[in-house]
Amino acid sequence: MAARLKLGAQALAVGLVVALLALLVWKLVNDEGSAIPSALARGERPVAPAFTLPRLDEEGTLSLADLRGKAVVINFWASWCVPCKEEAPVLEAAWREHRDEGLVVLGVDFNDLRSDALAFMREVGMTYPVVYDRDGALVADYGATAVPETFFVNREGRLVGKRIAGAINSREQFERDFEDGIQLALGS
Amino acid sequence: MTVLLSLVLALAVSAPPTLSDIEDEVVCPTCQVTLDQSNAPIAERMRAFIRDRIAAGDSKEEIKAELVRQFGPRVLAVPERRGFDLLAWLLPIGGAVLAAGAVGVLAWRWSRAPRGDPGPLAPELERRLDEELARFDG
Repeated sequence: MAARLKLGAQALAVGLVVALLALLVWKLVNDEGSAIPSALARGERPVAPAFTLPRLDEEGTLSLADLRGKAVVINFWASWCVPCKEEAPVLEAAWREHRDEGLVVLGVDFNDLRSDALAFMREVGMTYPVVYDRDGALVADYGATAVPETFFVNREGRLVGKRIAGAINSREQFERDFEDGIQLALGS
Repeated sequence: MTVLLSLVLALAVSAPPTLSDIEDEVVCPTCQVTLDQSNAPIAERMRAFIRDRIAAGDSKEEIKAELVRQFGPRVLAVPERRGFDLLAWLLPIGGAVLAAGAVGVLAWRWSRAPRGDPGPLAPELERRLDEELARFDG
């Protein structure tokens, strides 16, 4: 009886360890978000992760699926981020210049107070759509690590070009990378 | 005495919260430490937000609920005691109870294990033992 009890306890312990290992492997295999920056660095064109998030610029939600057939510039930002304020005019200018060609600039605000975000949008004169990633799920899916970060999605829903991350060191370089990304996304 | 105690309790319950009441229960979302340990820009903004809400008369629970609405449950330093997060409270308690039970059962079994006279040896073993002892004596 005691031997059977001991054997049962050992089997349970081994089973628990195997289950935890399986969970770890599953998490590593399914952790696709972090794969996107490295895929872009290799010149690949991974499928842009889908999302539906609440809008900040107006009521309702916005999905990536709603923008099917359009080129999309996804810019992660927060109101407390100084470089975000520096690059906001470039994003706004791109939206105004290319929107008739089918380009959408989409701001994704996260780790931010709603009131601060709305004040920031007014201050920089942001007129493009903005969504709020409350739980940071989209940030994780895209493998973004900090703000600001910018990704380019082409009309087929694939990420293209460079991922532009961090503060602007050279405005000329930033504008060149940014324009290259837009042209790739537009498919021209 | 009872009236005095009730008065003190009533005052404690109705007293407005302070920033320090809340900032060690809320996490800075960019640095993953509590607000009282963070100088990150968002932590500064969250402290300002909490001060504004306190000045507006909100309770501690109302302020934390609003922060959860804006940042999600990850903003709380300790999980909520409801829904799935309740597991974070129950599992350690359950584990401790199970471990205490296991130690108790083992201790009980050890304390009742037979001791003293192990009973007569099997004849074959007794014969071999006698032979070994005789060899030493010889």
